[in-house]
Amino acid sequence: MSQSTDTDAVREDGVIESVSGPVVTATDLDARMNDVVYVGEEGLMGEVIEIEGNLTTIQVYEETSNVAPGEPVENTGEPLSVDLGPGMLDSIYDGVQRPLTVLEDKMGAFLDRGVDAPGIDLEKTWAFEPEVEEGDVVEPGDIVGTVPETESIDHKVMVPPDYEGGEIVAVENGNHTVEQTVVELDNGEEISMRQEWPVREARPSADKKTPRTPLVTGQRVQDGLFPLAKGGTAAIPGPFGSGKTVTQQQLAKWADADIVVYIGCGERGNEMTEVIDDFPELEDPVTGKPLMSRTCLIANTSNMPVAARESCVYTGITIAEFYRDMGYDVALMADSTSRWAEAMREISSRLEEMPGEEGYPAYLAARLSEFYERAGYFENINDTEGSVTVVGAVSPPGGDFSEPVTQNTLRIVKTFWALDADLAERRHFPSINWNESYSLYTDQLDPWFEDNVAEDWPEQRQWAVDVLDEEDELQEIVQLVGKDALPEDQQLTLEVARYIREAFLQQNALHDVDTNCPPEKTYLILQAIRTYNDEAFEALDAGVPVDEVTNIDAAPRLNRIATTPDDEADEFVADLEADVKDQLRDLY
Amino acid sequence: MKEYQTITEISGPLVFAEVDEPIGYDEIVEIETPNGDTKRGQVLESSDGLVSIQVFEGTEGIDRKSSVRFLGETMKMPVTEDLLGRVLDGSGNPIDGGPEIVPDERRDIVGAAINPTAREYPEEFIQTGVSAIDGMNTLVRGQKLPIFSGSGLPHNELALQIARQATVPEEEEEAGEDDEGSEFAVVFGAMGITAEEANEFMEDFERTGALERSVVFTNLADDPAVERTVTPRLALTTAEYLAFDKGYHVLVILTDMTNYCEALREIGAAREEVPGRRGYPGYMYTDLAQLYERAGRIEGRDGSVTQIPILTMPGDDDTHPIPDLTGYITEGQIYIDRDLNSQGITPPINVLPSLSRLMDDGIGEGLTREDHGDVSDQMYAAYAEGEDLRDLVNIVGREALSERDNTYLDFADRFEEEFVDQGFDTNRDIEDTLDIGWDLLGMFPVEELNRIDEELIEKYYPESEDETAEEVAAD
Ligand SMILES: Nc1ncnc2c1ncn2[C@@H]1O[C@H](COP(=O)(O)OP(=O)(O)O)[C@@H](O)[C@H]1O
Ligand SMILES: [Mg+2]
Repeated sequence: MSQSTDTDAVREDGVIESVSGPVVTATDLDARMNDVVYVGEEGLMGEVIEIEGNLTTIQVYEETSNVAPGEPVENTGEPLSVDLGPGMLDSIYDGVQRPLTVLEDKMGAFLDRGVDAPGIDLEKTWAFEPEVEEGDVVEPGDIVGTVPETESIDHKVMVPPDYEGGEIVAVENGNHTVEQTVVELDNGEEISMRQEWPVREARPSADKKTPRTPLVTGQRVQDGLFPLAKGGTAAIPGPFGSGKTVTQQQLAKWADADIVVYIGCGERGNEMTEVIDDFPELEDPVTGKPLMSRTCLIANTSNMPVAARESCVYTGITIAEFYRDMGYDVALMADSTSRWAEAMREISSRLEEMPGEEGYPAYLAARLSEFYERAGYFENINDTEGSVTVVGAVSPPGGDFSEPVTQNTLRIVKTFWALDADLAERRHFPSINWNESYSLYTDQLDPWFEDNVAEDWPEQRQWAVDVLDEEDELQEIVQLVGKDALPEDQQLTLEVARYIREAFLQQNALHDVDTNCPPEKTYLILQAIRTYNDEAFEALDAGVPVDEVTNIDAAPRLNRIATTPDDEADEFVADLEADVKDQLRDLY
Repeated sequence: MKEYQTITEISGPLVFAEVDEPIGYDEIVEIETPNGDTKRGQVLESSDGLVSIQVFEGTEGIDRKSSVRFLGETMKMPVTEDLLGRVLDGSGNPIDGGPEIVPDERRDIVGAAINPTAREYPEEFIQTGVSAIDGMNTLVRGQKLPIFSGSGLPHNELALQIARQATVPEEEEEAGEDDEGSEFAVVFGAMGITAEEANEFMEDFERTGALERSVVFTNLADDPAVERTVTPRLALTTAEYLAFDKGYHVLVILTDMTNYCEALREIGAAREEVPGRRGYPGYMYTDLAQLYERAGRIEGRDGSVTQIPILTMPGDDDTHPIPDLTGYITEGQIYIDRDLNSQGITPPINVLPSLSRLMDDGIGEGLTREDHGDVSDQMYAAYAEGEDLRDLVNIVGREALSERDNTYLDFADRFEEEFVDQGFDTNRDIEDTLDIGWDLLGMFPVEELNRIDEELIEKYYPESEDETAEEVAAD
């Protein structure tokens, strides 16, 4: 969060009128909506959320125990903003962009209150390499140079979008702090590595385009059946324990994004600790560099103040947009958007606003769509292209998808990965239900898969979907009469469907190899099952009884392809297919 | 300190009073009734001139002439190592007739959140000696793993079995060398349970000598309901002190969280708040998180806080807000199942909906055994399949099922009888648990064991069963 810097006018302090949990009212405060204020003797950070006559309502981002009426409220005169600049990657912030490592240094293992810290280190120097020279003319958004931010990412220093732009009169090569001027314009505007941006406002762009490249996730059921586009939106609803967090973490680990912003919004502390521990150790599959060097974490866990939970998704998406402006593909995970919605509800009820459905404020739908609207494949104002992909977990009470957050999210997002408690119970992971889930991006992404993986990618997917559909219908009959009562060809279809489920759809996030499956291997596994299918049906047609067809010992090896190292998979499958053919043809 | 006789309204557990000085939010209040009783409460809302107070011990006997004192601080728990062995009421006052407690320190009972960067990820296996937990839903130090039960089910027996048997296997071996090794302690927080249930715990603690290393907080069914909102906070403040200041490995048992949540609902209703789902307050998730998240480990500190909250699901319904919100916060859950209980399976744990989210990092080579994860996965899948087939077999009969299906049915039965049904007094080490697992998995031909690494199958697959397995495969 930005330190309150110079304000245009000296504003009058207000006085606390009442305190009720995270909501404080003050009188005599000269403030605008969304101004950041410091509340009470301890200077707790808050934001103005309602103004009614002389009474201002503030949501406070820290615990308010012991704060009393009569204490002062000081206005910074600035809206809630984030600091943008090098140093955000490989960092972990709370919901208002205070670096948690800095807070730990200042106050120990437990989060105390009343401590502020800038979002990016103001002391640290960075090596600025200009990409412009004196005499060049630059416009808002233009890139003036780069800074090696982490091993994998070059940070682009840009003219802030709210500048006028002009001719460059000075360029400072070399090491500078983020506040020092590195480029100066003829109109007096000074460009440093640091910008500020109000979190509740989308950063400007030139144009939004139709996304046509997949965000390759390395997860078979997602890439294979329900793909997500770079710049697309996806929701992962599911009851507790169904795999929302693991799915989000898998995307954060293996998706082919340049930058990952991972928001733990009102969820478990240990889950954030796990990411902090694991990501520096894991390699980005594309660059081979530590995953942490492309990642920014935002952690506002369930026991941290509820108002900061409300703001953490905005903090996250503003950071994502900033990297998008540099021309990067950014993937943002929010776990869980339901907790954000609940934070809105909690604040709203303290304001005694008229509740809408299930107590959520009437503006719930609007807030959700404003947020997802900030995703997209963009043409930036500096003519680069970048994207923000947004994946939101949803935690429906009682696992019931008819509740307002799930329903309002479904109206907006284009990819829907529905998690299923039944599948999770039998340890079918990821527990993405293949009947309920969908992706509206398949058509626009197919050309990419055809060009980059296999020409018959769409056709093969359709084959798998058809088999699964048929299985679904057959299962209804099986439930009534048992499997043995089915005709032989249908029994065989069930067996093939079982392999699609076990060898293809299931993917073990905890297995060293299986955790990430490149699209080529995704294709290969399905192809192997299809070969088995075709050969088996031929054997059946030739009069071999179904029990014999399904009993060949090569078939169960289909389940081992996924865990075979990627560079051995081709050979493994070639052998497997040959054995399947031999063993089946031996039967007739 | 100023005294007010300015009560304007008394409503359920709430008292409203006028004041002429600023009163802090959450501040502690003492109210003295005309007959001399002193009741404690807490400021729920403070505005210029008027405060609303939630009274812990119930508002009976308070009238408009009662005097109100504001103590100028939030609620504190006096902590000291001497609390070990003591029995306190739900507000933290000793009720065991023992000596007065001389505190080391007085700690705010609303614990501050642990900074996620300061947490140490929990990964030390706790052997509970219960196969359905150790084998399938492993507990680790610093985890919060609730028991989801129903009224009349033996959740207390299970909690006691865990408290009695829990060990950390490696430490046992090293115990000789490592005399600084952290000790084990139990903090027990009872909320609204019956005297009979409380006695069950107390007797077991006394019988096993566990009381010496326990701190017991009891708010019984006939104690004031509002007090239940502070009892777990006192318990957890004590637990954190013992763990992070004194280096104990603390197991916190909180029972019954359902009564705690009912108390929250009561206060919400009295404040005329807009209710959330099924009448429970909209902030119940946040409130529960502020309790459950107080489990964990902290980098550089020896101790740990492990939580086993117990809750009885109203109507055995796990979509009810109490289990639902709990499950969303805790690191898994253990289900006690009514059907298994009536079949006489003890402990009647249904592993299918149960989960330990921290299992993966606590098991495997060097921790439990290399095959642990795969064996557990395979048994889950097999038991789930067997369970499914039970429905079908009721309709079509066993004869209509294939040999393969019949094996799964048999597996499900044997799994319940041999793996789960061990009794409340049997203590199995993890080797035993996994060996029983392999015994059962031996019912299947090797090809069916698709969740287990081939090398592990070679190493552990029971030899003697090979023949029967071959037969099934050939069928
Ligand atoms: N892809 C997966 N592979 C293996 N295990 C998984 C996978 N997804 C989920 N799990 C298991 O399910 C548990 C719960 O998943 P989690 O993502 O935490 O659920 P949620 O966030 O929906 O509550 C995890 O602890 C893990 O054991
Ligand atoms: Mg989760």
